[in-house]
Amino acid sequence: MSVTYTHAEPSIADGRDYIALMKPRVMSLVVFTALVGLLIAPGHIHPVIGATALICIAVGAGAAGALNMWYDADIDARMRRTAARPIPTGRLTPGDALAFGITLAVGSVVVLGLLVNVVAAATLAVTIAFYVVVYTMWLKRSTPQNIVIGGAAGALPPVIGWAAVTGGFALEPVVLFLIIFFWTPPHFWALSLYRTEDYVRAGIPMLPVVSGAHETRRQILLYTFLLAPLGAAPWFLGYAGALYGVVALVAGGAMIALALRVRLKTEGDAPSKHLFAFSILYLFLLFAMLLVDRAVAAWGPFGPVAA
Amino acid sequence: MTITSAAMSEPAQEQKPAPLAPPPVEEGKMGIRLTEQQQRARRARSIAIALALGALVVLFYIVTLVKGPGVLVRPL
Repeated sequence: MSVTYTHAEPSIADGRDYIALMKPRVMSLVVFTALVGLLIAPGHIHPVIGATALICIAVGAGAAGALNMWYDADIDARMRRTAARPIPTGRLTPGDALAFGITLAVGSVVVLGLLVNVVAAATLAVTIAFYVVVYTMWLKRSTPQNIVIGGAAGALPPVIGWAAVTGGFALEPVVLFLIIFFWTPPHFWALSLYRTEDYVRAGIPMLPVVSGAHETRRQILLYTFLLAPLGAAPWFLGYAGALYGVVALVAGGAMIALALRVRLKTEGDAPSKHLFAFSILYLFLLFAMLLVDRAVAAWGPFGPVAA
Repeated sequence: MTITSAAMSEPAQEQKPAPLAPPPVEEGKMGIRLTEQQQRARRARSIAIALALGALVVLFYIVTLVKGPGVLVRPL
């Protein structure tokens, strides 16, 4: 009599695979926007507590990325952009990724709640749950509005940073939330315009797949028209000084110009690629200028308009 | 992986009374045998987990000092 046991092949994943699982590039943007929310919030936070909050937000973002890769391993394998991720390549088992993601998610929320405050921890928990359950499990495979609604998860980190300092919410972080929220569609639709074949192969109903390139270009322009004034809103509302306002208006104008080029010049991928690349710089510029503006307001000759 | 019971494969009349313990298995044949790469990966993961737990201990210690003795006395 013989008994045959089957088991999953032991993992050969190393540190690089686990880092890749946490989507480090997305994580860096999350940490940066959370840092801005934390630094512009009124009040004082001890540097150690502030650093702890940022680490927890980074780990929470990594958890969301890991759980996303666990759930999406089947479609990642069919897309050129994601086929080299640790699970599709077989370096990491889905079970290991799931365990890693859940451990990081629970750990980051619990530590943030214990060491910083409960409001920030609850917001981080909502962010992770929204990204994994609402976006990844539900919207991504079911509607072309996936990245519009799902973008809320990526827009929450500055709100968490603000809550880490104040223990609550205010209009100012909500404006930052709205900037990222309206930035997400032009950013991802520009990418999806030149990766449409990937999305078709994976069966993801991105806007260019469902409604075509023409409609996508139109909606990119519409969202950019909303985004440009919203980017300058912190200045209009008196939360930031003229320096921020000028940079936001100029950069917003550049976003509109690039979106117009995407709308009018339909041949080739270059306009979409340029818009995608510049959109990252645009968001970085806005948030970096908020920091510069705060530093100038504190130590320099130009104060915020409302000050 | 296949485990074969020696007691089941030999004629019954030639056997001594059945032992209570499972039949001896040649050393090194049981369980999952990891390749060198898998062993390296497992060792690296173990070290990473140890470092992460150590970092958490240090973090909680430092934050306890920062927050002072009243760390557990606070409004929720």
